[in-house]
Amino acid sequence: MANEVCLRTLDLERPWLLEQYQSRGGYEMLKKVLTEKTPPDQIIEEVKKSGLRGRGGAGFPTGLKWSFITRNAPGQKYVVCNSDEGEPGTFKDRDILRYNPHQLIEGMVLAGYAIGATRGYNYIRGEFWEPYERFEQALEEAREAGYLGENLLGSGFDFELHAHLGAGAYICGEETALLESIEGKKGQPRYKPPFPAHFGLYGCPTIINNTESLASIPMILEKGGEWFSDIGVKNSGGSKLFSISGNINNPGVFEIPMGTPFSQLLEMAGGMKDGRQIKAVIPGGSSAPVIPGDQMMELTMDYDAIAGAGSMLGSGAVVVLDDTNCMVKVLDRMSYFYHEESCGQCTPCREGTGWLYRVVHRIETGQGRQEDLDLLDDVAGKISGKTICALGDAAAMPVQGMLRHFRDEFQYHIDHKRCMVGAG
Amino acid sequence: MSTTVAKDVNELFNPEVRSEIDRWIAKYPPEWKQSAVMAALRIVQDDNGGWLTTELMNDVAAYLDMPAIAVYEVATFYSMYELKPVGKHKICVCTNVSCMISKADNIVEHLEKRLGISFGEVTEDGRYSLKEVECLGACGGAPMMQIGQQYYENLTPEIVDAILEGLE
Repeated sequence: MANEVCLRTLDLERPWLLEQYQSRGGYEMLKKVLTEKTPPDQIIEEVKKSGLRGRGGAGFPTGLKWSFITRNAPGQKYVVCNSDEGEPGTFKDRDILRYNPHQLIEGMVLAGYAIGATRGYNYIRGEFWEPYERFEQALEEAREAGYLGENLLGSGFDFELHAHLGAGAYICGEETALLESIEGKKGQPRYKPPFPAHFGLYGCPTIINNTESLASIPMILEKGGEWFSDIGVKNSGGSKLFSISGNINNPGVFEIPMGTPFSQLLEMAGGMKDGRQIKAVIPGGSSAPVIPGDQMMELTMDYDAIAGAGSMLGSGAVVVLDDTNCMVKVLDRMSYFYHEESCGQCTPCREGTGWLYRVVHRIETGQGRQEDLDLLDDVAGKISGKTICALGDAAAMPVQGMLRHFRDEFQYHIDHKRCMVGAG
Repeated sequence: MSTTVAKDVNELFNPEVRSEIDRWIAKYPPEWKQSAVMAALRIVQDDNGGWLTTELMNDVAAYLDMPAIAVYEVATFYSMYELKPVGKHKICVCTNVSCMISKADNIVEHLEKRLGISFGEVTEDGRYSLKEVECLGACGGAPMMQIGQQYYENLTPEIVDAILEGLE
Protein backbone atom coordinates (compact mmCIF):
# COMPACT_ATOMS: atom_id res chain seq x y z
CA MET A 1 0.00 0.00 0.00
CA ALA A 2 1.97 2.94 -1.28
CA ASN A 3 1.10 6.43 -2.53
CA GLU A 4 -2.39 6.44 -0.97
CA VAL A 5 -2.49 9.98 0.36
CA CYS A 6 -0.20 12.84 -0.68
CA LEU A 7 1.30 11.13 -3.73
CA ARG A 8 -1.91 9.52 -4.97
CA THR A 9 -1.85 11.42 -8.26
CA LEU A 10 1.80 10.73 -9.01
CA ASP A 11 1.02 8.18 -11.72
CA LEU A 12 -0.90 10.75 -13.77
CA GLU A 13 0.64 12.79 -16.53
CA ARG A 14 1.26 16.37 -15.38
CA PRO A 15 -0.42 15.60 -12.06
CA TRP A 16 -0.03 19.21 -10.88
CA LEU A 17 -2.79 20.45 -13.17
CA LEU A 18 -6.26 21.14 -11.78
CA GLU A 19 -8.04 18.89 -14.25
CA GLN A 20 -5.78 16.01 -13.33
CA TYR A 21 -6.35 16.51 -9.62
CA GLN A 22 -10.08 16.68 -10.22
CA SER A 23 -9.97 13.48 -12.26
CA ARG A 24 -9.11 11.76 -8.97
CA GLY A 25 -11.89 13.44 -7.05
CA GLY A 26 -9.88 16.51 -6.12
CA TYR A 27 -11.81 19.40 -4.45
CA GLU A 28 -14.86 17.10 -4.02
CA MET A 29 -14.32 17.13 -0.27
CA LEU A 30 -14.19 20.91 -0.19
CA LYS A 31 -17.39 21.11 -2.25
CA LYS A 32 -19.11 18.66 0.10
CA VAL A 33 -18.05 20.52 3.24
CA LEU A 34 -19.12 23.87 1.81
CA THR A 35 -22.50 22.74 0.46
CA GLU A 36 -23.42 20.59 3.45
CA LYS A 37 -22.02 23.18 5.84
CA THR A 38 -20.27 20.45 7.82
CA PRO A 39 -19.86 21.58 11.44
CA PRO A 40 -16.19 22.61 11.87
CA ASP A 41 -15.94 20.62 15.11
CA GLN A 42 -16.77 17.50 13.18
CA ILE A 43 -13.79 18.13 10.89
CA ILE A 44 -11.45 18.66 13.81
CA GLU A 45 -12.75 15.46 15.44
CA GLU A 46 -12.08 13.51 12.26
CA VAL A 47 -8.52 14.85 12.08
CA LYS A 48 -8.00 13.90 15.75
CA LYS A 49 -9.35 10.42 15.05
CA SER A 50 -6.90 10.02 12.15
CA GLY A 51 -3.94 10.11 14.48
CA LEU A 52 -2.19 12.51 12.08
CA ARG A 53 0.89 13.99 13.74
CA GLY A 54 2.90 16.95 12.49
CA ARG A 55 4.91 15.74 9.54
CA GLY A 56 7.51 18.50 9.71
CA GLY A 57 9.35 16.70 12.46
CA ALA A 58 7.84 17.54 15.82
CA GLY A 59 5.05 14.98 15.55
CA PHE A 60 2.50 17.06 17.46
CA PRO A 61 -1.10 15.83 16.90
CA THR A 62 -2.58 18.02 14.16
CA GLY A 63 -6.20 17.82 15.32
CA LEU A 64 -5.22 18.83 18.84
CA LYS A 65 -3.27 21.81 17.48
CA TRP A 66 -6.35 22.96 15.57
CA SER A 67 -8.54 22.68 18.66
CA PHE A 68 -6.40 25.29 20.46
CA ILE A 69 -7.94 28.00 18.27
CA THR A 70 -11.01 29.77 19.63
CA ARG A 71 -12.99 29.73 16.40
CA ASN A 72 -15.61 32.23 17.39
CA ALA A 73 -13.23 34.83 18.73
CA PRO A 74 -13.54 38.03 16.68
CA GLY A 75 -10.81 39.18 14.32
CA GLN A 76 -8.60 37.73 11.62
CA LYS A 77 -7.17 34.23 11.91
CA TYR A 78 -4.57 32.58 9.70
CA VAL A 79 -3.59 29.20 8.33
CA VAL A 80 0.11 28.99 7.58
CA CYS A 81 1.79 26.15 5.77
CA ASN A 82 5.42 25.40 6.51
CA SER A 83 7.09 24.47 3.21
CA ASP A 84 10.47 25.71 4.42
CA GLU A 85 11.85 22.23 3.97
CA GLY A 86 15.40 22.43 5.26
CA GLU A 87 16.15 19.62 7.70
CA PRO A 88 19.17 17.98 6.03
CA GLY A 89 18.07 14.78 4.33
CA THR A 90 14.46 15.90 3.79
CA PHE A 91 13.05 16.35 0.28
CA LYS A 92 9.43 15.24 0.41
CA ASP A 93 7.51 18.52 0.57
CA ARG A 94 9.28 19.57 -2.61
CA ASP A 95 7.53 16.65 -4.34
CA ILE A 96 4.13 17.57 -2.90
CA LEU A 97 4.57 21.14 -4.16
CA ARG A 98 5.76 19.99 -7.56
CA TYR A 99 3.37 17.12 -8.17
CA ASN A 100 0.27 17.64 -6.03
CA PRO A 101 -0.05 21.35 -5.16
CA HIS A 102 -3.84 21.32 -5.44
CA GLN A 103 -4.21 18.79 -2.64
CA LEU A 104 -2.22 21.11 -0.40
CA ILE A 105 -4.44 24.03 -1.40
CA GLU A 106 -7.59 22.00 -0.71
CA GLY A 107 -6.16 20.96 2.65
CA MET A 108 -5.40 24.56 3.57
CA VAL A 109 -8.89 25.77 2.65
CA LEU A 110 -10.41 22.96 4.70
CA ALA A 111 -8.13 23.85 7.61
CA GLY A 112 -9.25 27.46 7.31
CA TYR A 113 -12.88 26.38 7.36
CA ALA A 114 -12.27 24.22 10.43
CA ILE A 115 -10.62 26.93 12.51
CA GLY A 116 -12.51 29.92 11.12
CA ALA A 117 -9.59 31.48 9.23
CA THR A 118 -10.10 33.33 5.97
CA ARG A 119 -6.49 33.93 4.98
CA GLY A 120 -3.51 31.68 4.51
CA TYR A 121 0.14 31.76 3.52
CA ASN A 122 2.36 29.00 2.28
CA TYR A 123 5.97 29.70 3.27
CA ILE A 124 8.16 28.09 0.60
CA ARG A 125 11.93 28.06 1.00
CA GLY A 126 13.60 30.55 -1.32
CA GLU A 127 15.67 28.00 -3.22
CA PHE A 128 12.53 26.08 -4.28
CA TRP A 129 11.84 28.16 -7.38
CA GLU A 130 10.32 25.39 -9.51
CA PRO A 131 8.03 24.19 -6.67
CA TYR A 132 7.08 27.82 -5.97
CA GLU A 133 6.08 28.38 -9.59
CA ARG A 134 4.04 25.20 -9.62
CA PHE A 135 2.28 26.33 -6.47
CA GLU A 136 1.59 29.81 -7.86
CA GLN A 137 0.18 28.27 -11.02
CA ALA A 138 -2.06 26.02 -8.94
CA LEU A 139 -3.26 29.03 -6.91
CA GLU A 140 -4.20 30.74 -10.14
CA GLU A 141 -6.17 27.73 -11.34
CA ALA A 142 -7.90 27.32 -7.98
CA ARG A 143 -8.87 31.00 -7.90
CA GLU A 144 -10.37 30.80 -11.38
CA ALA A 145 -12.31 27.66 -10.47
CA GLY A 146 -13.76 29.39 -7.40
CA TYR A 147 -11.92 27.32 -4.79
CA LEU A 148 -10.13 30.42 -3.49
CA GLY A 149 -11.41 33.93 -3.01
CA GLU A 150 -14.68 35.29 -1.70
CA ASN A 151 -17.88 33.38 -1.07
CA LEU A 152 -16.48 30.01 -2.15
CA LEU A 153 -19.02 28.10 -4.24
CA GLY A 154 -21.75 30.34 -2.88
CA SER A 155 -21.23 29.14 0.68
CA GLY A 156 -20.53 32.52 2.23
CA PHE A 157 -17.09 31.28 3.31
CA ASP A 158 -14.08 33.30 2.09
CA PHE A 159 -10.52 32.03 1.85
CA GLU A 160 -7.55 33.77 0.24
CA LEU A 161 -4.18 32.06 -0.03
CA HIS A 162 -0.74 33.32 -1.04
CA ALA A 163 2.78 31.97 -1.34
CA HIS A 164 5.60 33.60 0.61
CA LEU A 165 9.17 32.90 -0.47
CA GLY A 166 11.99 32.49 2.03
CA ALA A 167 15.56 33.50 1.31
CA GLY A 168 17.80 30.87 2.85
CA ALA A 169 17.62 30.25 6.60
CA TYR A 170 17.15 26.82 8.20
CA ILE A 171 15.77 28.43 11.35
CA CYS A 172 12.66 29.62 9.49
CA GLY A 173 11.40 26.04 9.60
CA GLU A 174 10.80 26.75 13.31
CA GLU A 175 7.21 27.91 13.39
CA THR A 176 7.59 31.22 15.21
CA ALA A 177 10.73 32.15 13.26
CA LEU A 178 8.70 31.47 10.15
CA LEU A 179 6.02 33.90 11.34
CA GLU A 180 8.65 36.56 12.02
CA SER A 181 9.96 35.98 8.53
CA ILE A 182 6.53 36.49 6.92
CA GLU A 183 6.33 39.72 8.90
CA GLY A 184 9.47 40.86 7.09
CA LYS A 185 11.98 40.38 9.89
CA LYS A 186 14.99 38.24 10.71
CA GLY A 187 13.82 34.71 11.38
CA GLN A 188 14.42 34.58 15.12
CA PRO A 189 12.10 32.34 17.13
CA ARG A 190 9.69 33.82 19.65
CA TYR A 191 9.25 32.81 23.25
CA LYS A 192 6.36 30.41 23.75
CA PRO A 193 3.86 30.93 25.33
CA PRO A 194 2.02 32.66 23.89
CA PHE A 195 1.62 29.95 21.27
CA PRO A 196 0.70 30.83 17.68
CA ALA A 197 -2.87 29.58 18.28
CA HIS A 198 -3.30 32.69 20.45
CA PHE A 199 -0.67 35.08 19.15
CA GLY A 200 0.58 34.10 15.72
CA LEU A 201 0.97 35.89 12.40
CA TYR A 202 0.51 39.67 12.83
CA GLY A 203 -0.49 38.89 16.41
CA CYS A 204 -3.57 36.95 15.28
CA PRO A 205 -4.59 33.37 16.12
CA THR A 206 -2.72 31.13 13.69
CA ILE A 207 -2.22 27.46 13.00
CA ILE A 208 1.00 26.37 11.34
CA ASN A 209 1.27 22.92 9.85
CA ASN A 210 3.74 21.18 7.61
CA THR A 211 3.03 20.72 3.89
CA GLU A 212 2.55 16.97 4.18
CA SER A 213 0.21 17.36 7.17
CA LEU A 214 -2.05 19.81 5.35
CA ALA A 215 -1.96 17.87 2.08
CA SER A 216 -3.19 14.79 4.01
CA ILE A 217 -6.40 16.52 5.16
CA PRO A 218 -8.60 16.04 2.05
CA MET A 219 -8.07 12.26 2.06
CA ILE A 220 -8.58 12.01 5.82
CA LEU A 221 -11.95 13.75 5.47
CA GLU A 222 -12.94 11.82 2.36
CA LYS A 223 -12.17 8.35 3.66
CA GLY A 224 -12.47 9.01 7.38
CA GLY A 225 -10.07 9.42 10.28
CA GLU A 226 -10.29 5.76 11.10
CA TRP A 227 -9.27 4.75 7.58
CA PHE A 228 -6.17 6.91 7.84
CA SER A 229 -5.33 5.77 11.34
CA ASP A 230 -5.65 2.11 10.32
CA ILE A 231 -3.05 2.50 7.57
CA GLY A 232 -0.45 3.01 10.28
CA VAL A 233 0.19 1.59 13.72
CA LYS A 234 -0.56 2.62 17.32
CA ASN A 235 0.47 6.23 18.01
CA SER A 236 1.56 6.62 14.38
CA GLY A 237 -1.54 6.95 12.26
CA GLY A 238 -1.50 6.96 8.49
CA SER A 239 1.12 6.66 5.87
CA LYS A 240 4.16 8.91 5.70
CA LEU A 241 6.49 10.26 3.07
CA PHE A 242 10.00 9.01 3.70
CA SER A 243 12.89 10.78 1.96
CA ILE A 244 15.66 8.22 1.75
CA SER A 245 19.12 9.13 0.56
CA GLY A 246 22.77 8.23 1.04
CA ASN A 247 24.75 5.18 -0.05
CA ILE A 248 21.82 3.38 -1.66
CA ASN A 249 20.89 2.45 -5.22
CA ASN A 250 17.54 4.16 -5.61
CA PRO A 251 17.18 7.21 -3.37
CA GLY A 252 13.84 8.99 -3.45
CA VAL A 253 10.54 9.70 -1.73
CA PHE A 254 8.35 6.78 -0.71
CA GLU A 255 4.88 7.14 0.74
CA ILE A 256 4.34 4.01 2.81
CA PRO A 257 2.39 3.03 5.94
CA MET A 258 3.80 4.02 9.30
CA GLY A 259 5.20 0.92 10.92
CA THR A 260 6.77 -0.44 7.72
CA PRO A 261 9.99 -2.30 8.57
CA PHE A 262 13.08 -0.24 7.74
CA SER A 263 14.46 -3.27 5.89
CA GLN A 264 11.52 -3.03 3.48
CA LEU A 265 12.07 0.68 2.91
CA LEU A 266 15.74 0.00 2.21
CA GLU A 267 14.72 -2.68 -0.29
CA MET A 268 12.35 -0.25 -2.02
CA ALA A 269 15.26 2.15 -2.22
CA GLY A 270 17.27 -0.44 -4.10
CA GLY A 271 19.41 -1.66 -1.21
CA MET A 272 22.98 -0.71 -0.45
CA LYS A 273 25.12 0.67 -3.24
CA ASP A 274 27.97 -1.45 -4.58
CA GLY A 275 26.96 -4.26 -2.20
CA ARG A 276 28.51 -2.44 0.77
CA GLN A 277 27.59 -3.07 4.38
CA ILE A 278 25.16 -0.77 6.13
CA LYS A 279 26.98 1.03 8.92
CA ALA A 280 24.51 3.51 10.32
CA VAL A 281 21.25 5.31 9.64
CA ILE A 282 20.14 8.80 10.52
CA PRO A 283 16.42 8.03 10.71
CA GLY A 284 14.69 11.41 10.84
CA GLY A 285 16.78 14.23 9.44
CA SER A 286 20.22 15.27 10.63
CA SER A 287 18.95 16.34 14.06
CA ALA A 288 17.93 12.76 14.83
CA PRO A 289 20.59 10.75 16.69
CA VAL A 290 22.29 8.13 14.54
CA ILE A 291 21.33 4.45 14.89
CA PRO A 292 23.80 1.63 14.08
CA GLY A 293 22.88 -0.25 10.90
CA ASP A 294 22.31 -3.70 12.42
CA GLN A 295 19.98 -2.23 15.04
CA MET A 296 18.14 -0.22 12.39
CA MET A 297 17.51 -3.35 10.30
CA GLU A 298 15.32 -4.63 13.16
CA LEU A 299 13.24 -1.46 13.53
CA THR A 300 9.98 -0.30 12.02
CA MET A 301 9.42 3.22 10.69
CA ASP A 302 7.09 4.77 13.27
CA TYR A 303 7.36 7.27 16.11
CA ASP A 304 7.50 4.74 18.98
CA ALA A 305 9.93 2.29 17.39
CA ILE A 306 12.47 4.96 16.47
CA ALA A 307 12.07 6.74 19.83
CA GLY A 308 12.58 3.40 21.55
CA ALA A 309 15.97 3.16 19.89
CA GLY A 310 16.94 6.55 21.33
CA SER A 311 16.33 8.60 18.22
CA MET A 312 13.35 10.20 16.50
CA LEU A 313 11.31 9.80 13.34
CA GLY A 314 11.45 13.56 12.78
CA SER A 315 10.60 14.55 9.21
CA GLY A 316 11.04 11.01 7.92
CA ALA A 317 14.36 11.85 6.31
CA VAL A 318 16.42 8.68 6.28
CA VAL A 319 20.12 8.99 5.51
CA VAL A 320 21.80 5.62 5.00
CA LEU A 321 25.56 5.39 5.56
CA ASP A 322 27.75 2.51 4.43
CA ASP A 323 30.93 1.20 6.03
CA THR A 324 33.22 3.49 4.02
CA ASN A 325 32.06 6.53 5.99
CA CYS A 326 34.04 8.02 8.83
CA MET A 327 31.56 9.03 11.51
CA VAL A 328 33.83 11.81 12.75
CA LYS A 329 33.73 13.41 9.32
CA VAL A 330 29.95 13.01 9.17
CA LEU A 331 29.51 14.69 12.55
CA ASP A 332 32.03 17.38 11.60
CA ARG A 333 29.81 18.38 8.65
CA MET A 334 26.62 18.26 10.68
CA SER A 335 28.08 20.35 13.49
CA TYR A 336 29.23 22.93 10.96
CA PHE A 337 25.66 23.13 9.69
CA TYR A 338 24.12 23.90 13.09
CA HIS A 339 26.82 26.45 13.83
CA GLU A 340 26.11 28.13 10.47
CA GLU A 341 22.37 28.12 11.01
CA SER A 342 22.10 29.16 14.67
CA CYS A 343 20.16 32.43 14.57
CA GLY A 344 22.37 33.91 17.27
CA GLN A 345 19.62 34.81 19.69
CA CYS A 346 20.34 32.47 22.64
CA THR A 347 23.85 32.31 24.08
CA PRO A 348 23.97 28.53 24.72
CA CYS A 349 23.16 27.82 21.06
CA ARG A 350 25.11 30.66 19.45
CA GLU A 351 28.28 29.91 21.43
CA GLY A 352 27.68 26.20 22.03
CA THR A 353 27.24 25.25 18.38
CA GLY A 354 30.56 26.97 17.69
CA TRP A 355 32.20 24.98 20.46
CA LEU A 356 30.75 21.72 19.18
CA TYR A 357 31.91 22.41 15.65
CA ARG A 358 35.41 23.52 16.61
CA VAL A 359 36.00 20.54 18.90
CA VAL A 360 34.63 17.96 16.43
CA HIS A 361 36.60 19.63 13.65
CA ARG A 362 39.88 19.45 15.53
CA ILE A 363 39.29 15.76 16.24
CA GLU A 364 38.55 15.20 12.55
CA THR A 365 41.72 17.01 11.50
CA GLY A 366 43.97 15.12 13.90
CA GLN A 367 44.24 17.86 16.53
CA GLY A 368 41.95 16.19 19.06
CA ARG A 369 42.81 16.15 22.76
CA GLN A 370 42.14 13.38 25.26
CA GLU A 371 39.61 15.47 27.17
CA ASP A 372 37.64 16.41 24.02
CA LEU A 373 35.05 13.64 24.18
CA ASP A 374 34.03 14.62 27.70
CA LEU A 375 34.06 18.25 26.60
CA LEU A 376 31.66 17.47 23.75
CA ASP A 377 29.31 15.66 26.14
CA ASP A 378 29.51 18.59 28.52
CA VAL A 379 28.86 21.30 25.91
CA ALA A 380 26.02 19.32 24.29
CA GLY A 381 24.41 18.90 27.70
CA LYS A 382 24.70 22.61 28.37
CA ILE A 383 22.87 23.53 25.17
CA SER A 384 20.03 21.02 25.45
CA GLY A 385 16.85 22.47 26.85
CA LYS A 386 18.41 25.87 27.50
CA THR A 387 17.32 27.75 24.41
CA ILE A 388 14.14 29.40 23.09
CA CYS A 389 13.71 26.96 20.22
CA ALA A 390 14.77 23.42 19.40
CA LEU A 391 17.74 24.28 17.16
CA GLY A 392 20.04 23.98 20.17
CA ASP A 393 18.74 20.50 20.92
CA ALA A 394 18.96 19.66 17.24
CA ALA A 395 22.67 20.52 17.34
CA ALA A 396 23.33 18.62 20.56
CA MET A 397 21.44 15.40 19.81
CA PRO A 398 23.53 14.19 16.85
CA VAL A 399 26.70 14.76 18.90
CA GLN A 400 25.33 12.74 21.79
CA GLY A 401 24.12 10.02 19.42
CA MET A 402 27.47 9.70 17.67
CA LEU A 403 29.38 9.50 20.95
CA ARG A 404 26.93 6.90 22.26
CA HIS A 405 27.34 4.55 19.31
CA PHE A 406 30.66 5.38 17.68
CA ARG A 407 32.82 6.64 20.54
CA ASP A 408 35.61 4.27 19.55
CA GLU A 409 35.99 6.00 16.16
CA PHE A 410 36.37 9.37 17.86
CA GLN A 411 38.84 7.91 20.35
CA TYR A 412 40.82 6.37 17.48
CA HIS A 413 41.00 9.76 15.76
CA ILE A 414 42.36 11.33 18.91
CA ASP A 415 44.86 8.53 19.57
CA HIS A 416 46.13 8.03 16.00
CA LYS A 417 45.40 11.43 14.44
CA ARG A 418 43.70 9.69 11.56
CA CYS A 419 40.65 7.77 10.49
CA MET A 420 39.73 4.33 11.72
CA VAL A 421 37.84 3.70 8.48
CA GLY A 422 40.19 2.39 5.84
CA ALA A 423 43.05 2.40 8.38
CA GLY A 424 43.31 -1.38 7.98
CA MET B 1 25.95 65.78 7.57
CA SER B 2 24.54 63.74 4.78
CA THR B 3 23.76 65.66 1.66
CA THR B 4 21.52 62.96 0.25
CA VAL B 5 18.36 64.39 -1.18
CA ALA B 6 15.30 62.37 -0.25
CA LYS B 7 14.10 60.52 -3.32
CA ASP B 8 10.54 60.49 -4.51
CA VAL B 9 9.29 57.02 -3.58
CA ASN B 10 7.35 56.76 -6.80
CA GLU B 11 10.51 57.26 -8.80
CA LEU B 12 12.42 54.43 -7.14
CA PHE B 13 13.37 51.45 -9.30
CA ASN B 14 12.30 50.85 -12.86
CA PRO B 15 8.61 50.25 -13.66
CA GLU B 16 9.02 46.45 -13.99
CA VAL B 17 10.73 46.14 -10.63
CA ARG B 18 8.15 48.43 -9.05
CA SER B 19 5.20 46.51 -10.38
CA GLU B 20 6.73 43.21 -9.29
CA ILE B 21 7.28 44.55 -5.76
CA ASP B 22 3.73 45.92 -5.76
CA ARG B 23 2.40 42.48 -6.67
CA TRP B 24 4.04 41.16 -3.49
CA ILE B 25 2.86 44.05 -1.31
CA ALA B 26 -0.71 43.21 -2.37
CA LYS B 27 -0.39 39.73 -0.82
CA TYR B 28 -0.22 41.12 2.72
CA PRO B 29 -2.48 43.28 4.89
CA PRO B 30 -2.16 46.99 3.92
CA GLU B 31 -0.53 47.87 7.24
CA TRP B 32 2.11 45.14 6.73
CA LYS B 33 4.00 46.35 3.67
CA GLN B 34 7.12 45.21 5.49
CA SER B 35 6.10 41.60 4.74
CA ALA B 36 7.17 42.24 1.15
CA VAL B 37 10.76 43.08 2.14
CA MET B 38 12.15 39.61 1.38
CA ALA B 39 10.60 39.60 -2.07
CA ALA B 40 11.61 43.21 -2.73
CA LEU B 41 15.25 42.49 -1.87
CA ARG B 42 15.26 39.46 -4.15
CA ILE B 43 13.71 41.41 -7.00
CA VAL B 44 16.11 44.35 -6.82
CA GLN B 45 19.04 41.97 -6.34
CA ASP B 46 18.12 40.09 -9.52
CA ASP B 47 17.73 43.38 -11.35
CA ASN B 48 21.17 44.49 -10.17
CA GLY B 49 23.13 41.52 -11.47
CA GLY B 50 22.76 39.40 -8.36
CA TRP B 51 23.83 41.59 -5.46
CA LEU B 52 22.61 44.35 -3.17
CA THR B 53 24.19 47.74 -2.62
CA THR B 54 23.53 49.88 0.44
CA GLU B 55 21.76 52.33 -1.82
CA LEU B 56 19.40 49.63 -3.09
CA MET B 57 18.67 48.52 0.47
CA ASN B 58 17.93 52.11 1.42
CA ASP B 59 15.61 52.41 -1.55
CA VAL B 60 13.76 49.24 -0.50
CA ALA B 61 13.44 50.72 2.99
CA ALA B 62 11.98 53.94 1.61
CA TYR B 63 9.65 52.10 -0.72
CA LEU B 64 8.27 49.88 2.03
CA ASP B 65 8.27 52.59 4.68
CA MET B 66 10.74 50.74 6.87
CA PRO B 67 13.79 51.92 8.84
CA ALA B 68 16.90 51.19 6.77
CA ILE B 69 18.39 49.18 9.64
CA ALA B 70 15.44 46.77 9.52
CA VAL B 71 16.18 46.11 5.85
CA TYR B 72 19.91 45.60 6.54
CA GLU B 73 18.97 43.09 9.24
CA VAL B 74 16.98 41.04 6.76
CA ALA B 75 19.58 41.36 4.01
CA THR B 76 22.35 40.11 6.29
CA PHE B 77 20.35 37.35 8.00
CA TYR B 78 19.27 35.31 4.98
CA SER B 79 21.89 33.49 2.95
CA MET B 80 20.43 34.13 -0.51
CA TYR B 81 21.12 37.86 -0.42
CA GLU B 82 24.54 38.93 -1.66
CA LEU B 83 26.24 42.05 -0.36
CA LYS B 84 29.19 41.79 -2.73
CA PRO B 85 29.25 41.29 -6.51
CA VAL B 86 28.74 37.71 -7.68
CA GLY B 87 29.28 36.04 -11.01
CA LYS B 88 26.74 36.18 -13.81
CA HIS B 89 26.18 32.54 -12.90
CA LYS B 90 26.17 31.94 -9.15
CA ILE B 91 26.96 28.27 -8.66
CA CYS B 92 25.71 27.01 -5.29
CA VAL B 93 27.01 23.58 -4.33
CA CYS B 94 25.51 21.61 -1.45
CA THR B 95 28.08 19.89 0.75
CA ASN B 96 25.75 18.75 3.53
CA VAL B 97 25.63 15.13 4.68
CA SER B 98 23.71 13.36 1.89
CA CYS B 99 25.70 15.21 -0.76
CA MET B 100 28.96 14.79 1.14
CA ILE B 101 28.65 11.01 1.30
CA SER B 102 27.69 11.05 -2.39
CA LYS B 103 31.04 12.60 -3.26
CA ALA B 104 30.15 16.29 -3.38
CA ASP B 105 33.85 16.88 -2.63
CA ASN B 106 34.71 15.68 -6.14
CA ILE B 107 32.23 18.14 -7.63
CA VAL B 108 33.64 21.01 -5.59
CA GLU B 109 37.20 20.10 -6.52
CA HIS B 110 36.28 19.83 -10.19
CA LEU B 111 34.54 23.22 -10.20
CA GLU B 112 37.39 24.88 -8.35
CA LYS B 113 39.93 23.51 -10.78
CA ARG B 114 37.91 24.31 -13.88
CA LEU B 115 37.00 27.84 -12.82
CA GLY B 116 40.19 28.62 -10.92
CA ILE B 117 38.30 29.97 -7.93
CA SER B 118 37.29 28.78 -4.45
CA PHE B 119 34.07 29.19 -2.50
CA GLY B 120 33.20 32.84 -2.06
CA GLU B 121 35.14 33.97 -5.14
CA VAL B 122 34.25 35.28 -8.59
CA THR B 123 36.08 34.46 -11.83
CA GLU B 124 38.05 37.36 -13.27
CA ASP B 125 35.72 37.72 -16.24
CA GLY B 126 32.78 37.97 -13.80
CA ARG B 127 31.09 34.98 -15.39
CA TYR B 128 30.99 32.57 -12.45
CA SER B 129 31.04 32.60 -8.69
CA LEU B 130 31.11 29.63 -6.35
CA LYS B 131 29.17 29.34 -3.13
CA GLU B 132 28.94 26.54 -0.57
CA VAL B 133 25.36 26.06 0.55
CA GLU B 134 23.53 24.01 3.15
CA CYS B 135 21.02 21.28 2.33
CA LEU B 136 18.79 22.42 -0.55
CA GLY B 137 16.25 19.64 -0.06
CA ALA B 138 17.12 17.53 -3.08
CA CYS B 139 19.09 14.77 -1.34
CA GLY B 140 17.56 12.10 -3.56
CA GLY B 141 19.60 13.61 -6.39
CA ALA B 142 22.84 14.03 -4.45
CA PRO B 143 25.31 15.43 -5.22
CA MET B 144 23.52 18.53 -6.44
CA MET B 145 23.98 22.21 -7.12
CA GLN B 146 21.85 25.22 -7.96
CA ILE B 147 22.62 27.80 -10.64
CA GLY B 148 20.20 30.68 -10.77
CA GLN B 149 16.76 29.23 -10.16
CA GLN B 150 17.62 25.82 -11.51
CA TYR B 151 18.52 22.65 -9.58
CA TYR B 152 21.00 20.21 -11.13
CA GLU B 153 21.09 16.74 -9.58
CA ASN B 154 23.01 13.46 -9.74
CA LEU B 155 26.17 15.33 -10.70
CA THR B 156 29.41 13.91 -12.00
CA PRO B 157 32.36 16.01 -13.21
CA GLU B 158 31.31 15.23 -16.80
CA ILE B 159 27.74 16.36 -16.16
CA VAL B 160 29.03 19.55 -14.52
CA ASP B 161 31.10 20.28 -17.63
CA ALA B 162 28.09 19.80 -19.87
CA ILE B 163 25.97 22.09 -17.69
CA LEU B 164 28.59 24.86 -17.68
CA GLU B 165 29.02 24.62 -21.42
CA GLY B 166 25.28 24.97 -21.87
CA LEU B 167 25.08 28.23 -19.91
CA GLU B 168 24.71 31.53 -21.73
